[in-house]
Amino acid sequence: MRGARTFRRGGVHPPEEKHHTAGKPVEGAPLPERLVVPLSQHIGAPARPLVKKGDRVLGGQAIGEPVGFVSAPVHAPTSGKVRRVEPAPHPLGTPQPAVEIEVDGEDAWGEPMEPFDDPFGADPEAVRSRIQAAGIVGMGGATFPTHVKLSPPPELSIDTVILNGAECEPYLTADHRLMVEAPGAVIKGLGVILGLFGLERGYIGVEENKPDAIEALEREARASGFAEVVPLKVKYPQGAEKQLIQTITGREVPSGALPMAVGAVVQNVGTAAAIWEAVSRGRPLVERVVTVTGAGVREPRNLLVRVGTPVGHLVALCGGLAGEPGKVILGGPMMGLTQHTLDVPAIKGTSGVLVLPREAVRTAPEGPCIRCGRCVEACPMGLSPTTLRALIHADLVAEADEWGALDCIECGSCSFVCPAFVALVQSIRYAKGRVMALRRGG
Amino acid sequence: MIEAVVVLGGLGLVAALGLSLASLRFRVEVDPRVEAIEAVLPGANCGACGYAGCSAFARALAGGEAPPNACIPGGPEVARAVAEILGVEAADVARRLAVVHCGGTRDAAPDKGIYQGVPDCRAAVLVGGGPKLCPYGCLGLGTCERVCPFHAIRVGPDGIPRVDRQRCTGCGKCVGTCPKELIELLPEDNRVHVRCANPLRGKAVGAVCSRGCIGCRRCEKACPFGAMAMDGALARIDPAPCTSCGVCATVCPTGAIEDLVEVRYRARIDAEACIGCTKCARVCPVDAISGEKKKPHAVDPDRCVGCGRCAGECPKGAIGRGELLVRAPREAAG
Repeated sequence: MRGARTFRRGGVHPPEEKHHTAGKPVEGAPLPERLVVPLSQHIGAPARPLVKKGDRVLGGQAIGEPVGFVSAPVHAPTSGKVRRVEPAPHPLGTPQPAVEIEVDGEDAWGEPMEPFDDPFGADPEAVRSRIQAAGIVGMGGATFPTHVKLSPPPELSIDTVILNGAECEPYLTADHRLMVEAPGAVIKGLGVILGLFGLERGYIGVEENKPDAIEALEREARASGFAEVVPLKVKYPQGAEKQLIQTITGREVPSGALPMAVGAVVQNVGTAAAIWEAVSRGRPLVERVVTVTGAGVREPRNLLVRVGTPVGHLVALCGGLAGEPGKVILGGPMMGLTQHTLDVPAIKGTSGVLVLPREAVRTAPEGPCIRCGRCVEACPMGLSPTTLRALIHADLVAEADEWGALDCIECGSCSFVCPAFVALVQSIRYAKGRVMALRRGG
Repeated sequence: MIEAVVVLGGLGLVAALGLSLASLRFRVEVDPRVEAIEAVLPGANCGACGYAGCSAFARALAGGEAPPNACIPGGPEVARAVAEILGVEAADVARRLAVVHCGGTRDAAPDKGIYQGVPDCRAAVLVGGGPKLCPYGCLGLGTCERVCPFHAIRVGPDGIPRVDRQRCTGCGKCVGTCPKELIELLPEDNRVHVRCANPLRGKAVGAVCSRGCIGCRRCEKACPFGAMAMDGALARIDPAPCTSCGVCATVCPTGAIEDLVEVRYRARIDAEACIGCTKCARVCPVDAISGEKKKPHAVDPDRCVGCGRCAGECPKGAIGRGELLVRAPREAAG
């Protein structure tokens, strides 16, 4: 591999654990009997429901409309009957409004949206509104509405588009398999994004532990003439936006600013493929690749999953639980969300379902900080996690602000290295909330 | 020896002279009333008045910017003392106390998993909404207990905070701290409360807590004073008409209504003093009083709920305490 690169500061090397599923091709998951499609699968205002109990819906039909600009619509992932529209279990941990669809098994689809004749040279505004209409959100897990990220204010000029194929979270191989199996859709999605900004060239960052993905993408990239694959060293959090920008462009996103401030836009490879689907085939975002893995499931697999499929259904497709589960996490082990029920659905941002067996989960309280400084070394943002924690526990909110609490990207590196198992990220997350309240004038 | 005394004594004299001159020259004028007011304030620096501590409040009072009754913990006594110092009239402040609207103890409302994070409700709520299965319930990690300047809230071994109504001053610090917004300040006289904040319907509530309000409306039907209002599927008590008679608590099937009144007495009419004006019979919400006009009235002890409303109406003071009203103690289900 020629000169793989990485970011400068901090970072950690958790066990990769990708071997469970890295070599397994994506398989289509059979439809469950019912889908629970949350109206909030994105950051921003939840969608407003467009259907009611008893309605029949077709695949691809909009069942929730966006409320405002920072919002996204939600579509029916297949055909069926609406059983209810009310709060249901949600990956965030508390019930959220959702449309429950009784799947009829016909998988009948409505008319797709009109495909674009020239996806790469189409009117940028038309492409942006198509991306919103297709309900596309950041599929790396943050689920920020993609059209918003692709609409920088006019005073900022974008000169760099980066696709994020780092997939630095342990266990996950969803993006890996997508890049190996559908490199064309990823590269063409990048082409559509480049067209929005009138750019000639874009980058795809991939960690070098995925040589087959790099090879597949490079073949497509050469044919396209506008994409460059950048091999990255394996280091967590290589796929964090700011770290990826620094690695590829050398530019540092200033504290408190968005990547667009340094002229960069970063999109997940899955998001790029979804953009291509929406623009070339008129398909809304209703399915994604989910890695179901961990020692707690019998047969880990990569599955192509309709949004709204209950996690229990996915686990059953993977041979069921192996022994007593200790922790079920949606996403990766570093930044994923722990669940208390398998009734929660997989949503647009669900990259993986990780089941850890009981014996693999540590259940002891946090110990005292021994001031070893490992969290400071690990922090990719150059913060001092232990100081931030001490400040917020002493209610020193303004001081936590001065020490850069808001720069924390919540990657979990500090908590990962802490020998005393101190809940550092959680404390800093709490501090961020307090700092923001203070800045609002609280 | 003598030189040392002279030198040191002289130095001391010079320094003393300088200091006393400086204290005259650079004296800071303090309104004597500020110090007097500070002396009568509770000194807890709780901030309930809206100022940064008692000193700041005292300065605002002396400057005429704050009303004398703004000190909530101090109550009417402090308001009177402050008004006296300032030479103004103080309006009375109604004492209000903190009430926690959740009774989901550990045995009644289970957790959804093991929580090992920061032992603070405001931090715990960031992890999937907190460890409790009921998304509206008290997390019991004691953030309210820690912010209370008067040590009036304590989380019991059952995981639910209790308010010490003697110590609570109604400063409201806990109110703004609870991430589930479960604490409310209610008039001291209201001693019957709904200990649930889950607005979902019965089935959904029952799935997460055995002591929650299931919206059956039995309390609403039973309330003699029309003080029970349904907020969707959640019962709420309107403090103004409520007389804390406790009838609602006796009919609640899940024990979601707490009754803090320890003893109640049934009404008894002194037949000698009663003039038969019928006023008591007209106000009785449960029709427990009967009698002909101009003749002595009587209370049906089986119907009387002990609300005491009739006693307040009687022009002759003929209604007094009758027998003790003992209700079967309510063991909440679950």
